[in-house]
Amino acid sequence: MVKSRSFSFSKVMLVLGLLFLYLPMFVLIVYSFNASRLVSVWAGFSTQWYGELFRDEQILSAVWMSLRIAFYSASMAVCLGTLCAFVITRFKKMRGRTLLSSMITAPLVMPEVITGLSLLLLFVQMAQTIGWPVDRGMATIWIAHTTFCSAYVAVVVSARLQEVDRSIEEAAMDLGCTPLKTFFVITLPVITPALVSGWLLAFTLSLDDLVIASFVSGPGATTLPMVVFSSVRMGVSPKINALATLIIVAVSLIAFIAWYLMRRAERKRLQTPDA
Amino acid sequence: MRRKLLPTPLTERVRAVLFNRRVVFGIPFLWLLLFFLLPFALVLKISLTSAVMAIPPYEPVFRWVDNTLSVVVNIGNYLFLLSDSLYVAAYWGSVKTAFLATVVCLLIGYPMAYAMARAPKHWQLVLLLMVMLPSWTSFLIRVYAWMGILGNQGLLNSFLMWLGFIDQPLKMLNTNFAVVLGIVYAYLPFMVLPIYTNLVKLDVRLLEAASDLGCRSLTTFWAITLPLSKAGILAGSMLVFIPAVGEFVIPELLGGPDTLMIGKVLWEEFFNNRDWPVASALAIVMLLLLLVPIVLFHRFQAREMEKHG
Repeated sequence: MVKSRSFSFSKVMLVLGLLFLYLPMFVLIVYSFNASRLVSVWAGFSTQWYGELFRDEQILSAVWMSLRIAFYSASMAVCLGTLCAFVITRFKKMRGRTLLSSMITAPLVMPEVITGLSLLLLFVQMAQTIGWPVDRGMATIWIAHTTFCSAYVAVVVSARLQEVDRSIEEAAMDLGCTPLKTFFVITLPVITPALVSGWLLAFTLSLDDLVIASFVSGPGATTLPMVVFSSVRMGVSPKINALATLIIVAVSLIAFIAWYLMRRAERKRLQTPDA
Repeated sequence: MRRKLLPTPLTERVRAVLFNRRVVFGIPFLWLLLFFLLPFALVLKISLTSAVMAIPPYEPVFRWVDNTLSVVVNIGNYLFLLSDSLYVAAYWGSVKTAFLATVVCLLIGYPMAYAMARAPKHWQLVLLLMVMLPSWTSFLIRVYAWMGILGNQGLLNSFLMWLGFIDQPLKMLNTNFAVVLGIVYAYLPFMVLPIYTNLVKLDVRLLEAASDLGCRSLTTFWAITLPLSKAGILAGSMLVFIPAVGEFVIPELLGGPDTLMIGKVLWEEFFNNRDWPVASALAIVMLLLLLVPIVLFHRFQAREMEKHG
């Protein structure tokens, strides 16, 4: 092992960097229990903001709307993203493959205002030309989210596909399996962890998106980030602190479970190397 | 469990045709063509029209009157962008802010990624999750957290006044400083991750060979580690720089009246002024500015996704 001075410097930076990442979130959590409305004054422990949060009809219906959109978007994105990952990692000589891979990686970095604007213009043009969509809302947000989430799923799944042992697939095909059956019996079980993490990633991305949803949504569909945004534009609000705490706790819990399952799988693999 | 070899039944053969390579390729291809590429063509088209009070609020490009097809192309929007110093300043402001934030992200993120890659194996997964976790929570809420910290009556000012460093609250919120800080905070995980993935694959034997040959650790770093992690640095920088140029939420919540960023200008042009053609022209110029970084990123990402396969 190479040890050097820069090693300890980088260690310090890692600790400071993690503190930088977590302190602001920690502050939000602490102040969600503050009895006072002001940020700078600590007026004792209170859970009143949580009570107000759960009585806020507008926030609750926006949460339900966002969860539904995120569920549908993540599910569709996993299907599309997996197909893309297959084309990119397996179909080396397919015509149009380069175009597909450019279209799938571009949304990873595309500024959201551009994506949002371009999709809105498409929906307006479609409404003019073919009469659909009449009203923009859940369906248009679903299409927009599916499109950019597919890119993330494709990255996650293609990383896993690269590690799949092709010889097992070839053996199955030699023994008379159709490509489709080979996929379901051999490939799918191997890439399932990647599909799950791709789905979860897409779900959080969809749940979090403000800019694209604002462009492609209509008056009928208000998602959670839109409600939060219009509220925090006016300044700090303790109710939003309470909401933030719940989101942070939920995400941390899921991440902890994921870590636990990954560690258990890793240990199992080490114990039975040929399983 | 062993499976018996049976002749493939007819339905499976039909399914095999349905699910052949062309279908696997065709579905995502058509989806992306329709919902990713075509929209850009529309943005280009509408940027060449003039705004009218109508639904939708722009003039058609192609018109069919008396058996003549007339094509009306209006480059006035682009000339307008060039003539108004506000837009030029907004583009410049965006690029400057995004560049500064990217450099700061790199200076913080590189040592973090380095320490992670050198950590014991069982720690790496935990550290990786810790760096990624914030990006899975809400982006909006993480930006919002800084409003409570940086405000005039915010936590940081109260703390500094309590320590006695300052008598008057420092103006930190609604400044360009807050915008850079917000971008660094929100995008730091996207810088750390690609650099870590790159550094963790680095062959440790190279470093050992260098130190055996009498290379000092700092020299080894400059001569071997840094050049070999170039791809990770490039990918991380692009992942921060490109979205930061078009950022809307951060300048809106943390920026002040003198914060000029193109994402915010585009948003206001579209939602407040309802000038769709100018908003489209702004988007096209932004895309042209970002073309080189996007192509660089694409080349890196395509290599990442294709190797070994």
